[in-house]
Amino acid sequence: MVTTGGDMVTTVSAEARRARRIAEQVPDPELPMLTLADLGVLRGVEITEDGTVVAGLTPTYSGCPAMAEMRAGVAARLRQAGFDRVEIRTVLDPPWTSDWITPAGRRKLAEHGIAPPGAAPRRSTGPVPLELSATRRSVTCPRCGSADTEETSRFAATSCKALWRCRSCREPFEYVKEI
Amino acid sequence: MSDDHVYMTLAEGHEDDARWAYGTGFEDPLHGVDTTVPEGVDAAGLAACCLALGDDALVSAQRLAEWCTRAPELEEEVALANIGLDLLGQARLLYARCGQVDGTGRGEDAYAYFRDPGDFRNVRLAELPCGDFAFSVTRLLVLSSWRLAHFAQLTASPDPVLAAIAAKGVKELAYHRQYAAEWAVRLGDGTEESHRRMRRALEQVAPYIGELFTAYDVRDEVVAVLRQVTEAAGLPMPVYRPLPGAGRDGDHTEHLAPLLVELQSLARAHPEGTW
Repeated sequence: MVTTGGDMVTTVSAEARRARRIAEQVPDPELPMLTLADLGVLRGVEITEDGTVVAGLTPTYSGCPAMAEMRAGVAARLRQAGFDRVEIRTVLDPPWTSDWITPAGRRKLAEHGIAPPGAAPRRSTGPVPLELSATRRSVTCPRCGSADTEETSRFAATSCKALWRCRSCREPFEYVKEI
Repeated sequence: MSDDHVYMTLAEGHEDDARWAYGTGFEDPLHGVDTTVPEGVDAAGLAACCLALGDDALVSAQRLAEWCTRAPELEEEVALANIGLDLLGQARLLYARCGQVDGTGRGEDAYAYFRDPGDFRNVRLAELPCGDFAFSVTRLLVLSSWRLAHFAQLTASPDPVLAAIAAKGVKELAYHRQYAAEWAVRLGDGTEESHRRMRRALEQVAPYIGELFTAYDVRDEVVAVLRQVTEAAGLPMPVYRPLPGAGRDGDHTEHLAPLLVELQSLARAHPEGTW
C-alpha cells in the first residue's frame, strides 16, 4: 500500500474520494428520501496517515435522536466497502443550518410531500429579538402548489419539521423549519 | 446493514444487545470534538456553568415530558415533547463537557442518573410541578427567555466547546421562547378563564424569577421580553422578590426529589446496564 510519495498521494486521495462517496449516500434515518449529504450533516470525510477513515457528522438539533443511527449507518457502510478503520467525529461548530440542505435535497423533500425550508434567519450577535406579530412566511403546498397555506403546529414528528395545512387542497403537510 | 430498518444498524456490533435508539451507554455526544480547555479559562467555573445549565435543561425536559398524553391538544403535546427533547440534547452536551473539565472524567449518565437532589444545581423554577397549561407556558416563557439570553452571551465564551453548544442552542431556544410567548399572549388575551389562569401562573412563578438573575447579567434583556409579552397579553408584569436559598447552591424544593426518583429509577435498578 505504501509506495513512493507521488503514487501514495494519488492512491490515498482516490480512496478518500471513494470513502466520501460512500458516506454521502447513507440515507437519513428520519427523512430517508435524503442522503446525509443532501441534509448537509456530513462535515468532511478524510483518511488519516494510519489509514483510518474519519467522517465528521453534525447534529441538526442538539437532541436529535437519529445521531446515533447516522453514526452507525456511516460506519457500517464504510466497513462494508472495505474500510476497516472508521472513526465518526461529532462536529458542533459551525452549527447546522437548514440552508445546508442541498438543492437536490430540497427537490426530493418536495417530491415526497414535505415543503423544503426557506432561508434561515440571519442572526447578528447580541440579544435575539422576539417578534410577536411576525409576518407569517408563506409556504407553498408541496402537493398542489397553492400558496394558501397555514401553520397548524410549529413542532411535528421530528425536531426539524413543522405541521402545515393547505387551504386549497385541504391536505396537511410537513415543512422543514428554518434554523 | 438493512436500509429497510435503518435503526437496526444500531444493534450491529452488539450481538447480545437489543439496544434501541434510547437508553444508556451511548457514545459520548462530544466524541471527536477537541476537548482541550484553553489556557486562561477557569476550569472550575466552566464546569459549574455547564452543570447548572445542564441541570436546568434535564429537569425542564423531565417536566415537559410529563405533558405526554396530558396536553390540551395533540399539537401541544408534540410541541412540548420536542422542546423537552432539544433541552435533553443540550443537557447531554453540557454534562459531557462538564465531565471533561471538572477533573472527574464522568460521562453524561453519571450526572443525570447517579447524583442526589442536593447535588443538582438547577434553579428551583425548573423543578416545580407542571401545574396547569398556563403555569407550564409561563414557566417556559421565563426559563426560555433567560436561557436564550444567556446562551446568546455564551456564544462568545472563551471555551470553544461551550460556545459551540450555545450557538446551537440559541437557534432552538428562539423557537421555544416564541412558542411560550405566543401562548402567553393567546391565553392572557383570551377568555376570562384563560386570563385568570395566566395571572395566577405569573403570581406563582414570580418568587422564582429572581434566582435566575443572581449569576449572570441578562436581567435587563429578560425583563424587557417579559414586559413585551405581558403588555401584549394584557397581563400585569410579575413582581419578583428574592426567595431565601438558591437552587444553584443545591437548595431545592420538596418537588425535586420525587422527580429524580422517577428519572433515575431504571438506571439505578440496573447500574451500568445498557439497552
